[in-house]
Amino acid sequence: MAADVAGARRTPWVLLSPSLATISLLLIIPMMFIVVYSFWLRTATGADQVGFFLDNWIEVLGDRFYRDILFQTFAIAFYTTVICALIGYIPAYFVANTPMKSKTFLLLMLMLPFWISYIIRTMSWINILGASGALNTLFVSIGIIDEPIQMLYNQTTVVLGLVHYLLPFMILNVYVSLDGIDKNLTEAAQSLGCTGFQAFREVTLPLSFPGLAAGSLLCFVLAAGTYITPVILGGPRDAMFANLVFEAIVTQLNWPLGSALSLVLLALLGALVVIYTRYLGVDQIAKSFK
Amino acid sequence: MADIENAVELKNVVKRYGEFTAVQRMDLTVPDNSFVTFLGPSGCGKTTTLRMIAGLTDISEGDLLIRGNRVNALPIHKRNLGLVFQNYALFPHKTIYENIAFGLKYRKVAKSDIRDKVNRALDLVQLPHVADRYPNQLSGGQQQRIALARAIVIEPDVLLLDEPLSALDANLREEMRVELKRIQRELGIATVFVTHDQSEALAMSDKLVVMNNGIVEQEGAPEDVYNNPASAFVADFLGHSNIIPATLGGPDAAFTKVMLQSGETLVTIPEQTAKANGAKDVRAVIRAEKIDLSDQNNAADGVITIPGKIKTVDYLGQQARYFVTANGRDWQVINPIDAHPHQEGADVFMHIAARNCVLLPGHHD
Repeated sequence: MAADVAGARRTPWVLLSPSLATISLLLIIPMMFIVVYSFWLRTATGADQVGFFLDNWIEVLGDRFYRDILFQTFAIAFYTTVICALIGYIPAYFVANTPMKSKTFLLLMLMLPFWISYIIRTMSWINILGASGALNTLFVSIGIIDEPIQMLYNQTTVVLGLVHYLLPFMILNVYVSLDGIDKNLTEAAQSLGCTGFQAFREVTLPLSFPGLAAGSLLCFVLAAGTYITPVILGGPRDAMFANLVFEAIVTQLNWPLGSALSLVLLALLGALVVIYTRYLGVDQIAKSFK
Repeated sequence: MADIENAVELKNVVKRYGEFTAVQRMDLTVPDNSFVTFLGPSGCGKTTTLRMIAGLTDISEGDLLIRGNRVNALPIHKRNLGLVFQNYALFPHKTIYENIAFGLKYRKVAKSDIRDKVNRALDLVQLPHVADRYPNQLSGGQQQRIALARAIVIEPDVLLLDEPLSALDANLREEMRVELKRIQRELGIATVFVTHDQSEALAMSDKLVVMNNGIVEQEGAPEDVYNNPASAFVADFLGHSNIIPATLGGPDAAFTKVMLQSGETLVTIPEQTAKANGAKDVRAVIRAEKIDLSDQNNAADGVITIPGKIKTVDYLGQQARYFVTANGRDWQVINPIDAHPHQEGADVFMHIAARNCVLLPGHHD
């Protein structure tokens, strides 16, 4: 009997072991290296000095430069999230209210961008907004402007590129929660005296809020951790935090500093996720990937 | 005519979906204070009709009047209707109080009046203590009571109930049925009730409307519809009936014989009834519970006897359902059980009183 109980207790761990092994090997252990690295010190000779130094942490947490870029990163992520929420809600609502047959097709269309590399999608903006891009060529040819204007390489284009990249995530999340709302609820609201818009405000919008919140979290985290978009579409002053990590590790070969930087971003985004899921539940986010 | 006002009136109402006609030329009145039930199998057009009255579905043709006003083009939120759904459709993010107060808020009722009305509605549905809870904290039956309270608190011109009891389990359903009828009577509110459950329909209605394939097969008081089905569909759908192809025999004095196809006389009926029927080929409808089974041939006057053999017995507790082979066909008989049901294979006599035999024109087969 006792052996059976012990066996039954063990079963979940046996079943979980492949995933646990994978996660430990590929995520936890490398992360430990990063943590250890962040306490080493790069010397003037370029070699890393093994030990327990707080120099990197003092630099990262104390230097205004890093703080400013961190704020800039979060500002860009915030603008991106708000814009995604505002313009993503409409297609999500439209898809959720489409008859079943066309719905599958529309959802497939939403997935379509994921089949093309994110880098290529980001670079496509150069062909649209660049000096010899579609818009400039058009404006010059119809005589609105005399010579190409500089539209690329600023914070706006970074946000634009991120919205382009992250919009499907927002739409899918909002769609899932809208699709789960019982149509009878809006009909009931209307029978009680609401106009269509009032019923939307009273019933549909609040009930779709979890999807909106889950989509926003996903957009914010992905935007805040982005590295490619500011490189391709940003100017010299539009660096985001992930670019600093790249700079430190790849360009300056300063692994200890890069480790400390990446841990700061990880900790902040991790804290955000924890606070969020506390109030909304992880299941909302998981739902959108069903 | 003048003293009875109709809460709802449908005149020649048609609903088409492309080529498909869901409701065909429907004429119907829902008198004030009355409880009208649309009964029929799924897809018969009963829910479509309810949705047209509610304003959730457009009317293709005809007129819809609520309290004498044509409302074809009036949007749902201006119709002043109480709507109750099968799945309750309570707002999950609002408390019970907010749910019930919802309609009053949009009717610009003063705050203090709202509180009084909501409390009175909660008392009426016998759930005075749940105001602060959320719908998912209540049982299905309680949620349906709240849905009803939410619909009646606005004092609607008509209460529309779309299969409100179907999601409840059997015991609760019966309890809610009684409750619903009590509340309807207490408020004297004109009610349209849609169901596919005949016992609900028979128990609750003042007027029963049996629908099939988008047409009204029969309407009337439940006992009239039950006892005098106007079509084979109604006879078949309501309760268990034997529909027997028969021929009208030659008149002798004041009676006419209804002959079975084997040539035997089934019943004799008054001549006017036979004449009114017109056709020679008829179908005789005999309800399963109107046939008396006996192991002795002891027919009284005006009762005919058909001998048969019991093929199967369904034991149902208080009563039993028998399939009796007689006259070359199977007859359904439902009889109360007196001590022991009849046994399978037993020879029995079926006693049928003439007045329990309803004639329909035409052969069934």
